[in-house]
Amino acid sequence: MHNFLDYFEQSLLFRNFVEVLSGLDNTLLLLIISLPIGFVLSLVFALGRVSKSKIISKPIAGYIFVIRGTPLLVQIYLIYFGLGSVEFIRESFLWILLKEPFWCGVLALTINTVAYGSEIFRGGIQSVTKGQIESGLSLGFNKINLLRKIIFPIALRKVLPSYGNELILMVKATSLVSLTTYMEMTGIARKIMAKTFAPVEAFIAAGILYLFLNFLMVQFVKYLEWKYNPHLRVEQN
Amino acid sequence: MFKFEKLVFGDLGWGDEFLFATLMTITVSILSMGLGLCLAIVTVWAKLITNKITRLIANFYTTVVRGVPELLVIYLIFFGGNTVVMSIAKLFGYNGYIELNALTIGTIAIAFISATYSSEVLRAAYLAVNKGQIEAAKALGLNKFQIFFKVMGPQILRHALPGIGNVWQITLKDTSLISVTGLVEIMRQTRIASNVEHSPLTFLVTAALLYLFLTTFSGKFFKVLELNYSKGYN
Repeated sequence: MHNFLDYFEQSLLFRNFVEVLSGLDNTLLLLIISLPIGFVLSLVFALGRVSKSKIISKPIAGYIFVIRGTPLLVQIYLIYFGLGSVEFIRESFLWILLKEPFWCGVLALTINTVAYGSEIFRGGIQSVTKGQIESGLSLGFNKINLLRKIIFPIALRKVLPSYGNELILMVKATSLVSLTTYMEMTGIARKIMAKTFAPVEAFIAAGILYLFLNFLMVQFVKYLEWKYNPHLRVEQN
Repeated sequence: MFKFEKLVFGDLGWGDEFLFATLMTITVSILSMGLGLCLAIVTVWAKLITNKITRLIANFYTTVVRGVPELLVIYLIFFGGNTVVMSIAKLFGYNGYIELNALTIGTIAIAFISATYSSEVLRAAYLAVNKGQIEAAKALGLNKFQIFFKVMGPQILRHALPGIGNVWQITLKDTSLISVTGLVEIMRQTRIASNVEHSPLTFLVTAALLYLFLTTFSGKFFKVLELNYSKGYN
């Protein structure tokens, strides 16, 4: 047994695993910043999308159409390489942020998740029945309270599974930021491969970590569903 | 900033190069979508028959590939694929060096990813078809082959089409990732052109517009197909 552990500790897979693990914080940083901002903005954009005023809803619909119709890689490159080539931006204060691959990644991921998230939330908001809104109005709720106490709670509960899917897609999307020289898990796995010429061990080590991250994300969404949809809980005998 | 003159056809611009790159993207998308659908049918079959081992393998495959970033799957198949193919060849007594070209590798990689999504769509579509249909077909004396192609197949297709349309959009966008293998599709052409001309914005905006055109156009196509296939129902 002891011999086996020694052997395991010296194996390439284990050493790669430890090395890739050092990129976990960079991956998590991307998510920790872009997911909450994306969530709030998605809600705002979803409200704008269902707004009766065309001046608000049309541009948002256009934005969603463009972002959902193009690959995330194009968006990341556009922000990292494209914006950097514009003289005007390089001279403005934005350049402090945009010259860093990290902030470009955060910006691209946020822009991407807002487009998908707001479509998901729009479905939820539109599924709130008229009767519920009317009863809220008849109780004297003003617009903000109506949103806060009636529309959002009902809508968010309904879209939890599909928003959970979007969260998992975001975890996977962080790997694309490695193509802008940002050293997160995929970037480190690539570096290991270039160093050791053993691609399979390097990428499997990274794959296990991503699987684990996604597993945690699934459990988190399941917990939220369990907590906020008590009427859908399956009774345990 | 945006240099239109760089996009003309011929020697002065990159227009014809981008046209070929677009055709390459379409080719890879169609090939990998087709291969993915075949793989998905096998996966669904493995999940639905009452055999624990095949179900375990199929579930493992879909869970792992869907839980790992697409880029990682492509890297693994691109860099690790040759090793696997060569060790298989060694089993058959061939000791030379084999190198698969980027198109093959890219198609296989995207197909692997696309198949996981397609299999979920097909499985749901299969389960959506009423079991009474199979029983009715059996009562009419149709054999297994006829039941699949004349009764189940067309109905599965109708239920699956909207989902297949979504998978197609995902697959089309995922092909941008195989630019890392050096295959000259839209994204790779964009990087080459912007490195030569030092004007990334022009070519990246072009790439975005091309993708937007492809997704919109094929989305419309799938809408028409859906309408056609559900004629009897609306």
